[in-house]
Amino acid sequence: MSLKGLLAATALTGTLLAGALASSGAALADPVKVGLVSTLSGPSAVLGQHMRDGFLLAVKELGGKLGGQETDVIVVDDELKPDVAVQKVKGLIERDHVDFVAGVVFSNVMGAVVKPVTANDVFLISGNAGPSPIAGAGCSPFFFSASYQNDQVHEVLGQYAQNKGYKKVVLMAPNYQAGKDSLAGFKRHYKGEVLDEIYTPLGQLDFSAELAKIAAAKPDAIFTFMPGGMGVNLVKQYRQAGLADTIPFLSAFTVDETTLPATGEAAAGFYSGAPWAPNLDVPANKAFVAAFEKEYGYVPALYAAQGYDAAKLIDSALKATGGKTADKEALRAALKKADFASVRGNFKFNTNQFPIQDFYLVEATKRPDGKFQTQVVEKIFSDYGDAYAEKCKMK
Amino acid sequence: MSLALFLVQILNGLQLGILLFLVAAGLTLVFGVMDVINLAHGVQYMLGAYLMVTATALTGSFWLGLPLALVAALVLGLVLERLVIRQLYGRDHLEQVLATFGIILFVNEAVRMIWGASPLSIPMPQALSGSVPLLDGLNYPVYRLALIAVGLALAGGLYLLVTRTRSGMLLRAGASNAPMVSALGVDITALFAKVFAFGAMLAAFAGAMAGPILSVEPGMGDSLLILAFVVIVIGGIGSMRGAFIAALLVGLIDTLGRSFITDLLKLVMPAADANQAGPALASMSVYLLMALVLFFRPRGLFPAPA
Amino acid sequence: MNTTSMRRAAIPLILFALLAVAPLASDGYTLSLLARAMIFALAAVSLDFILGYGALVSFGHAATMGIGAYAVGILAEEGIGDALVAFPAAMAAAGLFALVTGAISLKTRGVYFIMITLAFGQMAYFVTQSLSAYGGDDGLSLAVRSTIAGHRWLRDPLIFHYVILGLLALTFLFCRMLVRAPFGRVLEGAKENERRMRALGVNPYPYRLIAFTLAGALAGLAGALFANLTEFVSPAYLSWYRSGELIVMVVAGGVGTLYGAILGALGVVLAEEGLSLITEHWRILFGPLLVLIVLFTRGGLAAVLGGKGGADRG
Repeated sequence: MSLKGLLAATALTGTLLAGALASSGAALADPVKVGLVSTLSGPSAVLGQHMRDGFLLAVKELGGKLGGQETDVIVVDDELKPDVAVQKVKGLIERDHVDFVAGVVFSNVMGAVVKPVTANDVFLISGNAGPSPIAGAGCSPFFFSASYQNDQVHEVLGQYAQNKGYKKVVLMAPNYQAGKDSLAGFKRHYKGEVLDEIYTPLGQLDFSAELAKIAAAKPDAIFTFMPGGMGVNLVKQYRQAGLADTIPFLSAFTVDETTLPATGEAAAGFYSGAPWAPNLDVPANKAFVAAFEKEYGYVPALYAAQGYDAAKLIDSALKATGGKTADKEALRAALKKADFASVRGNFKFNTNQFPIQDFYLVEATKRPDGKFQTQVVEKIFSDYGDAYAEKCKMK
Repeated sequence: MSLALFLVQILNGLQLGILLFLVAAGLTLVFGVMDVINLAHGVQYMLGAYLMVTATALTGSFWLGLPLALVAALVLGLVLERLVIRQLYGRDHLEQVLATFGIILFVNEAVRMIWGASPLSIPMPQALSGSVPLLDGLNYPVYRLALIAVGLALAGGLYLLVTRTRSGMLLRAGASNAPMVSALGVDITALFAKVFAFGAMLAAFAGAMAGPILSVEPGMGDSLLILAFVVIVIGGIGSMRGAFIAALLVGLIDTLGRSFITDLLKLVMPAADANQAGPALASMSVYLLMALVLFFRPRGLFPAPA
Repeated sequence: MNTTSMRRAAIPLILFALLAVAPLASDGYTLSLLARAMIFALAAVSLDFILGYGALVSFGHAATMGIGAYAVGILAEEGIGDALVAFPAAMAAAGLFALVTGAISLKTRGVYFIMITLAFGQMAYFVTQSLSAYGGDDGLSLAVRSTIAGHRWLRDPLIFHYVILGLLALTFLFCRMLVRAPFGRVLEGAKENERRMRALGVNPYPYRLIAFTLAGALAGLAGALFANLTEFVSPAYLSWYRSGELIVMVVAGGVGTLYGAILGALGVVLAEEGLSLITEHWRILFGPLLVLIVLFTRGGLAAVLGGKGGADRG
């Protein structure tokens, strides 16, 4: 065999070995196992990174244990591809025999994994995504949200615009399901005139065309939902176009601690809605933010807080059952109590097992140390549940 | 829709087109001259932006950072050519696709490991920040105007380089008949290496210039790569003039489509349906354009002589 | 028959035998991983059929696969959940899409063909994204896997495994039969020297169009299986990135052998999964692996196993 042939054969063998590795790996001891599904590659990886770091921080603070039990956290990357996520989740359930699946940043991934997880009687604790079907008719006793229902954050801004008396607004979102849900959520409480609804292609880089339209329409405010890099681009270009000083910028999942390092000053003073902010005055939160920044060296975003809470939620339930996971009914009852100190303060579960919590208007602000974070301006909703709970048949 | 708004959108379309041209120019050069499909061209754009982030942070200045980033990109281009691309000359196009796809995976991951997953940004140079009023109180950012001007100047320079200089003549000769150029005593290997590195630098320049208006993030080159391919295919592979015209065309169609298709549809159908169909059509517009062009001119607008 | 051609004849036999006995040593997870690999293998074989034998590099092949998946998803949503209806419908829908887009695309050659198929693939992608009634970008969940004549057999992972394996084997044999028939010789002849073909009085266009349509329909079948595997359909299935992955599988496996596509699909799927268990940054290993395959093999994995010498003209 020639040298080249040998090299190629080595490459092939490596491939097959790797494949064999993938299929082996039976459990040795029997610790609590949690599969953490997060988006860790591609342009949106930063959201998944926050969530993972938040979750792992909680486990670390608890001495590597949840509910007093040794805990294995198996982190998998869903690559933001629904089919990959399904594959990974099957691995977690059938190969690793996890007791919980936690995480999931994006709704389309959640839509794909909710069935394979809950149909196997495994608990799914959402660390972010909260699509309406799961909150409504498709609710499951095995699904708990440690985050929010997708519409709620957008409702915060709609209510704020209404309170503020804005007469006419322009709405803008990417052209996909979450974008459409976002604008629908905003309009739930906003009763003024919507001058225009602009839908942009997902992943659009340049907003100059839309900004020109907005400038020409002269609204009292704009509301937008532009997650990830799209939001960074939009915020910078909004400021550069000179609109930041004339038309208030309201947004959801656009200006937060995942994008502020990139936008910096350009986003200062922009408003968002959220169930949490780093400066929220709750003792558990102060400790969390300090520990997070010490551990990872960056300011946590909502995703990190929710990941942290998800771990704390699992911990509280396992404490109540004495670390046992076999009795699903008992475990579910323990989860439903939400008997943990949430970094959001107020936190209890609705009948659909989504949270009832407070929502705030937050503002992007420069801290004395030069870093940017969102800060609470005012509370918009108290003990707020979502609009879909009544469609859920669970009690 | 007012005339002023329309004019602003034309400017926006031009600016996107210029950006696309800078990326497409290198792609079409490498393809036309060396017959290499280089999928890694998109990551070279991304590297340009990331190198610029580091260079501006190090020097504290946009103007000092830019040449630093460009030189670094040039060197990386030479290294990549020496390590991988040189082995691909004369190979099947599909093998080039596979190898350069592997490079994309590697570089995207390396960038994420080095610079992290968070989006980064390049501060805008002080002299070019702010906006100027254009008609009717509509503001237009100075930086974008500068981008258009620089891009046009570069395009002109490239045109002169390819059509009027000795290197350009060699390039064109190399594209149509490499063995003959080689027989004339020109070191074709060195020529190819220079062309490749130059293309890489052009892409990096586009990335560096885009940094202050766009977010710098892993994978940012992937979608732009596809658009750049659309551009060179519409223009006719290997044609610099074709790439320029196609880039402006794609930039304009994309921008104008996004701004006006939904409104136009609202004239002929209910608003809800228009909101549904408009954005989908706008997303498709450049692909529709490409399909149409290729239907009537299967080798692009300016086919290179066979 | 020399040793090289014997080895080549043996590769597919060994491959299928291995896949047939694999369930003996597999748990549920490994079965689902193999199912994924075999479904991609099916799509890759259909791509190699046009790419390897007709030089028709489709950069929109994932779109036909995704259309097959959506056909199953949409029919299920409308209450038609039987594979005997849904699977042929998926093949018909994907085949029709390939027929229409192929009729236009086949006017072009080479890189222009690659890009025009990309254009049509992207259009299909944006259409599925705007299908609000079927979940839009969030995708559509299948309530249950397809039934077969009313029986819920596909629920059983073992039966599902053999159904996919059977369809993969049928697809492989069907494509091999075609490429060895006069049909395939015209296709290949036109690839080597189109002018000569025309001088012989054969117009390759209809042959190419038929091949493109068949490949689309087979990819649609793969899509139908994929929808059943994941019990979910999403616009992501149609993305250009997925089309690129299919091309990578075919080229890494070895172009123009058909079994190379199977090798490539199994290799890529298993390597991705295996490497991702080793490190979160698995692409930093996988990327160079692809480069090495190009630099050190002529003809991909198939050439490594089957000996040098490029495509199988068998």
